[in-house]
Amino acid sequence: MHSFLQLSGLEAVTITPSSNFVNIGERTNVTGSARFLKLIKEDKFEEALEVALDQVRGGAQVIDVNMDEGMLDSKLAMVKYLNLMASEPEIAKIPVMIDSSNWDVIEAGLKCLQGKGIVNSISLKSGEPEFIRQAKLVKRYGAAVVVMAFDEQGQADTYDRRISICQRAYNILVHDLKFLPQDIIFDPNIFPVATGIEEHRNYALDFFAATKWIRTNLPHAHVSGGVSNVSFSFRGNQKVREAMHAAFLYHAIQHGMDMGIVNPTMLEVYDEIDKELLVRVEDVLLNRRDDATERLLEFAETVKGAAKKKEQDDEWRKGSVEERLTHALVKGIIDFIDQDTEEARQKYGRPLLVIEGPLMGGMNVVGDLFGAGKMFLPQVVKSARVMKKSVAYLTPYLEEEKRLSGSTQQSAAKVLMATVKGDVHDIGKNIVGVVLACNNYEVVDLGVMVPTEKILEAAKRENVDVIGLSGLITPSLDEMVHVAKEMQRQKMELPLLIGGATTSRIHTAVKIDPVYDGPVVHVLDASRSVPVTSELINRRTRDDFKTRLKKEYQQLRVDHENRKGTKNYITLEEARKNKTAIDWSTTTYYKPKFTGRKELINYPLEEIRPYIDWTPFFQTWMLAGRYPGILKDSVVGAEAQKLYNDANKMLDEIIRDKSLQANAVLAFFPATSKLDDVVLRRDDSSEAELATVHFLRQQNKKAQGLPNFCLSDLISPEAGKDYLGMFAVTAGIGLEKLIEKHQANHDDYSDIMAKAIADRLAEAFAELLHEKVRRDYWGYASEEHLSNDELIDEAYAGIRPAPGYPACPDHTEKKLLFELLDAGKTGIILTESYAMYPAAAVSGYYFSHPSSKYFGLGKIEKDQVEDYAKRKGMTVEEIEKWLAPNLSYDV
Amino acid sequence: MNIQDILKERILVIDGAMGTMIQRYKLEEEDFRGERFKNHQHPLKGNNDILSITRPDVIKAIHEQYLEAGADILETNTFSGTTIAQADYHLEDAVYDINYQSAKIAREVADEFTKREPHKPRFVAGAMGPTNKTASLSPDVNNPGYRAITFDELAIAFKQQAKALLDGGADILLLETIIDTLNVKAALFAIQELFEEIGREVPVMVSGTITDASGRTLSGQTTEAFLVSVSHVPLLSIGLNCALGASALRPYLQVLNEKSPFFVSAYPNAGLPNEFGQYDQTAIEMGEQVEEFLREGLVNILGGCCGTTPDHIRRIADLAKKYKPREVLAHA
Repeated sequence: MHSFLQLSGLEAVTITPSSNFVNIGERTNVTGSARFLKLIKEDKFEEALEVALDQVRGGAQVIDVNMDEGMLDSKLAMVKYLNLMASEPEIAKIPVMIDSSNWDVIEAGLKCLQGKGIVNSISLKSGEPEFIRQAKLVKRYGAAVVVMAFDEQGQADTYDRRISICQRAYNILVHDLKFLPQDIIFDPNIFPVATGIEEHRNYALDFFAATKWIRTNLPHAHVSGGVSNVSFSFRGNQKVREAMHAAFLYHAIQHGMDMGIVNPTMLEVYDEIDKELLVRVEDVLLNRRDDATERLLEFAETVKGAAKKKEQDDEWRKGSVEERLTHALVKGIIDFIDQDTEEARQKYGRPLLVIEGPLMGGMNVVGDLFGAGKMFLPQVVKSARVMKKSVAYLTPYLEEEKRLSGSTQQSAAKVLMATVKGDVHDIGKNIVGVVLACNNYEVVDLGVMVPTEKILEAAKRENVDVIGLSGLITPSLDEMVHVAKEMQRQKMELPLLIGGATTSRIHTAVKIDPVYDGPVVHVLDASRSVPVTSELINRRTRDDFKTRLKKEYQQLRVDHENRKGTKNYITLEEARKNKTAIDWSTTTYYKPKFTGRKELINYPLEEIRPYIDWTPFFQTWMLAGRYPGILKDSVVGAEAQKLYNDANKMLDEIIRDKSLQANAVLAFFPATSKLDDVVLRRDDSSEAELATVHFLRQQNKKAQGLPNFCLSDLISPEAGKDYLGMFAVTAGIGLEKLIEKHQANHDDYSDIMAKAIADRLAEAFAELLHEKVRRDYWGYASEEHLSNDELIDEAYAGIRPAPGYPACPDHTEKKLLFELLDAGKTGIILTESYAMYPAAAVSGYYFSHPSSKYFGLGKIEKDQVEDYAKRKGMTVEEIEKWLAPNLSYDV
Repeated sequence: MNIQDILKERILVIDGAMGTMIQRYKLEEEDFRGERFKNHQHPLKGNNDILSITRPDVIKAIHEQYLEAGADILETNTFSGTTIAQADYHLEDAVYDINYQSAKIAREVADEFTKREPHKPRFVAGAMGPTNKTASLSPDVNNPGYRAITFDELAIAFKQQAKALLDGGADILLLETIIDTLNVKAALFAIQELFEEIGREVPVMVSGTITDASGRTLSGQTTEAFLVSVSHVPLLSIGLNCALGASALRPYLQVLNEKSPFFVSAYPNAGLPNEFGQYDQTAIEMGEQVEEFLREGLVNILGGCCGTTPDHIRRIADLAKKYKPREVLAHA
């Protein structure tokens, strides 16, 4: 076990002998900063947080907080400020030093720190018993401690007093109290020099010598101090003070001081101190001449003011055109891009040289930052927008040049992207497209519902280097297999990328890889697309990569084969015997307010808005975390907040302009369960069967007491008692027109944003409608009052499972659902793969029984597939195709 | 032999989920109330901890199933056994009895098994959950400086719980499912005070929860920051439980493996809940994932959290036998 000082805020800090000097930010101190004191006194705590933030951004690794001021309730102020600091992840990531001469304030502060902080300070000033009491508590609260060189006689101001007090404190702490020596930080008192008082002339030298003695003789202990004290006599002369601090630290560090309370944003670099000034400062510190103080004062007269200034925000406009373009790309600033592009065009002479030079250079920086996790997806999308705008500016010049020379240029590697036939989801695909474009790839995007022939024909015509397929619904998996088979038949060798919510490594390995001899890769998310594509294209790596991939997928297939034997299934007959046990004789039935269908056309979006679940919205943008906590996340919080603001701004506009329309249709029918089916009648008075809805039953072997679920279990087998509800909603009517203008503006960010918002609105509408059903239309929970969080957590009775999702994974059942709802009238249609169009749509069934709950079907056996095919009047092969992911066996 | 010495020789298995098992009994309001709380003013269904008083037979049977499956350490049925958590049911007054009875039941079952198999002594860990309030996070987004509970309130509640658990016969204290490190620091503060007052100490286990793929606790700490923040107490073990499935836990266990001066524990959920909040992972599947830890030598104590059953624990115990425990860095 090592003996290094370890501290923590939200992140851990370990101080080893090779660590740099630890800067402890000093500005959050009411005794040292007039501005901070004023803010605290005026109760402007939120604003006072910015002082802390400045210190962190300026490089503080620990932050000192001091509230010792006569007019303040110091304890209250300390607690309030520490609690607020904890809510600001950028500040809270670093450890806190609780600074007070009042033990009660320190103890109150310790009760607010989840991390391991530092107490500043305790000392022998009030005698040993009090010192021991406080030290034991520090240990029990789990903090490190600063020990001042102070005892019953007063503050140590000579070398001898310093070392004898520190030695005594160390012995008590380490030997008597078993305090970890690395958790002790001595403060041997930094006093002002150049005061004109004879006795003060050796203060700095004594401090250096005591520091060296402590570091040599008191193993593992550290030395710290309040550096700005040293220059106290030069208040008002920032330049001299900064030089004194820098020179003092330079020498103190040489002697072993390893941390210090400083203002990290105002530290002059030792080597950059004016040489004349440095000589005079060091004369004072090292007590080298009798007239050292006078000489420094003399010099000080000549350099009043002119301290180190903070960089202005528009400073970047002063850089070279290359620097400005890079800055605009990294920061996503679009305001000056046309003028900077023009300047670059004139400088470089040819438009292509601008693209290949500064623009690609800038995008490489973006790509590197993204790859290193230092930029997040929304920022990258904004960078791409700047890039596109710049290229759009250059395009007329490029075409003019081409026309004049008559040549065709080979550009960067080309990637073809398409969402496969029958599928309409493209947010993920667009994100991958943007990320690739940001990394110098030319992206040919064929859009959604693209048939195989069109993909392969475009691949040849455009002479692409890679094909990327995307899909969200399960039938798309088969379509991807089909594309791969066609590529094989046509003897193509292009790499094939597979991505999208429904795809997986295992499916790619088992189903797609074996049918195509070219390289096939499953890409988990957008950030993986760049390294994978570059390995596939790079002449040096691609053969190795392909061999590795093929081997890896082969292994996955073998593992998959081996695993299959271990699952236990029961027969459909046995599973039916173990159905959900519901005592129908004691069940209260509720009658819906109407039977048949009901439409809600053009539903007010402002009523839907409060039902939005934002967490999946952030997932779309690849930001992990739950809303609202994500807005405060230390890593992605700032980006998440920006994204959230932009989304709400766009929502405001959509609602104001009525640019999206939300429609819904729902219906209730009298229903009776018959084994795994539910038989519907048109209304309460009709005897004839209207239609039969088919469900599937879990077949995996269950532990004692757990049923083999099937949705039909939730409907009463007794005729004339129960009902089944169904619905379809969309919030995507008008979306195409809305995004047209974003696409025209090369604004992928707004394009993706609009689609993500439409998706969220559709989900929110489904949530709202379900609530209306529970409380009113069906009315089985008329007393229910739930918050949006509770809605998101599904804290209500009854469920609304959707065909194609885990409880009822058969997409083909949507056909009947849509017929019964006559959903086309609300503007929602089904594609040949049973995807809903517009994509921002939700459909499903309503079950009201209180024991209803969501479940996953899992895998089913051949006996159920045969039975199900017979019930549905389809062939076994057709069913096997549609339920491929749910089969326990290979076809 | 004391537990520290056993842990140097083999991996100890901690039991699985209590809630998942209780659900199987399909208990109703009357079961939770029993005779003693027959006339309580508020509904008690769902207050699993109270079953140690009203249905001790159920709790005992579950403990037995886990020990039969091969668990070495039983967790008492006291996850919500603080005045803070019990306030939801207006049962603050029952807290001492809940903890005392829970520890007593577990003690009896454990002793019975130890008698039967003296080579495999069974231990009782007094389980102390995080409470439903956080000391370093505000529940109100608009008022980030607000705190629903203070360090002192937490320390009082945890001290009370720890004392009752020790009185009932717990031989370990287990602070588990920690979502806010300040809560656990209050508990550790209280436990140190208690030890000083009663003049004896028992081993303390600490187990945190990484809530999502960001790799942080709910209160925002990285695994390493969490470790540093509780290392001022000489713990028996530090580890992770709940929230994620075994494979998702692995990177964070690797951090603890590298940095922890204490034994390392892990008892993950049976995978991630599916989109309906249920755990589908079978014992075999979970076994495959935890075997990764074992192969890498990451753990000293292994078991299961939400969604795990005696089947899962049996599988884990069988696997644990085959591997050497993690080697512990020399204590500081």
